[in-house]
Amino acid sequence: MATVTVPKKESQNLPGNPKESQEQQKTVTLRIARINPGEDAKGKFEEFKIPVQKWTTVLEAILYVKQNLDHSVALRYSCRQASCGSCGMKINGKPRLACYTKISELESETITVEPMSNYPIIRDLAVNFEHLFSTHKKMKPFIINEESEIKPGAKEFIQTPQDLEKFLQFSYCIKCGLCNSACPTMATDASFIGPQGLAQAYRYTADNRDEGKKERLKIVDQSHGIWRCHFAGSCSNVCPKGVDPAMAIQLLRGYLLGFRK
Amino acid sequence: MAERISNREGIKGMANPTRYGWLRVAYWLQRLTGLGLLAYLIGHIYETSTILNGKTAWDNMLSITETPGGHIVLILVIGMCVFHTGNGIRVMISEGGRGLGRPGQPEYPYRASSLNSKQRLCIWVSIALAALAMMYGAGVLFGN
Ligand code: SF4
Ligand code: FES
Repeated sequence: MATVTVPKKESQNLPGNPKESQEQQKTVTLRIARINPGEDAKGKFEEFKIPVQKWTTVLEAILYVKQNLDHSVALRYSCRQASCGSCGMKINGKPRLACYTKISELESETITVEPMSNYPIIRDLAVNFEHLFSTHKKMKPFIINEESEIKPGAKEFIQTPQDLEKFLQFSYCIKCGLCNSACPTMATDASFIGPQGLAQAYRYTADNRDEGKKERLKIVDQSHGIWRCHFAGSCSNVCPKGVDPAMAIQLLRGYLLGFRK
Repeated sequence: MAERISNREGIKGMANPTRYGWLRVAYWLQRLTGLGLLAYLIGHIYETSTILNGKTAWDNMLSITETPGGHIVLILVIGMCVFHTGNGIRVMISEGGRGLGRPGQPEYPYRASSLNSKQRLCIWVSIALAALAMMYGAGVLFGN
């Protein structure tokens, strides 16, 4: 069997599989938003030609730019496997995780990456998550139950698989913030709790070990709270973990309207 | 400290129905038809109030509204009214936690259960009913 040897330097430079030769590769144009709030609030787009393969992700393409063409591009990432929630950005107009979005699935010769909307920009593609994290904390994202303290003689809480299913999917939230970026209410109301926070309020309220329902419902039942959701479903459309925040919000509202106990 | 850019999408982003599927389209149409109906209500109150100024004022008003242009506005109002009602019922039921499917273990590729086919069907039926009502209205207003 013939063996194709890829020169070492070249193979290291390619995003995706390093074993494929340059000739077999497609190139796309990557347009990266360059914004430095301290210097130029308007910002600009810079274009780079990138070699890509079928499995190259948007994150790999941006890292290719950083390694080979312009190391000053600012972005946040960590796990590269849709687990840490760091790499959210607007990719061809829609909030997505850069590490979870393949260039090939975008079916476009030009890929535009911008910072996520509805968050203050730190620089280039990195945004500030202060509001996301503070609203998450306000929802009391923990089990409220006096019996949950570990004391001598304490027993574990028994839950059936049915009890677990009521909140399991909502506990998969990785706090990537894509839902808040897609939400039309967040687009105009800076004080809105947002789909991420509201979904977490439901996650703990629906847990049968929890006794904090009253407290949480009081927190979300306010003018910039749950009533500002109009079920546009955009949060669930972009959520990369199948959390379905739109469903959580409507179920939470069911408690306030008296449809659920 | 560096200046902060909020990067909020604003009304332009809120009113863009193109990126997030049928529920976002329905949200946009619901808002648009709501504003349209509000404008019609204000116009209608103004129109009918002219009767207080006597028969001549009322006849003058009718000469503006009882025209092909006025009929087209009425046909649009019929469509807006039917869509807003149909879709509004869907939203009210869903906002009470019904018709969203059940929470469960998400399976890859994740499809949000709340964006289910029943929701989409209700939106399409509301649009189809609005179109039918508009056609019927056009028949009555422009027919002999
Ligand atoms: S609900 Fe989904 S989109 Fe929103 S922060 Fe959690 S994982 Fe991200
Ligand atoms: S790098 Fe962790 S989610 Fe993308």
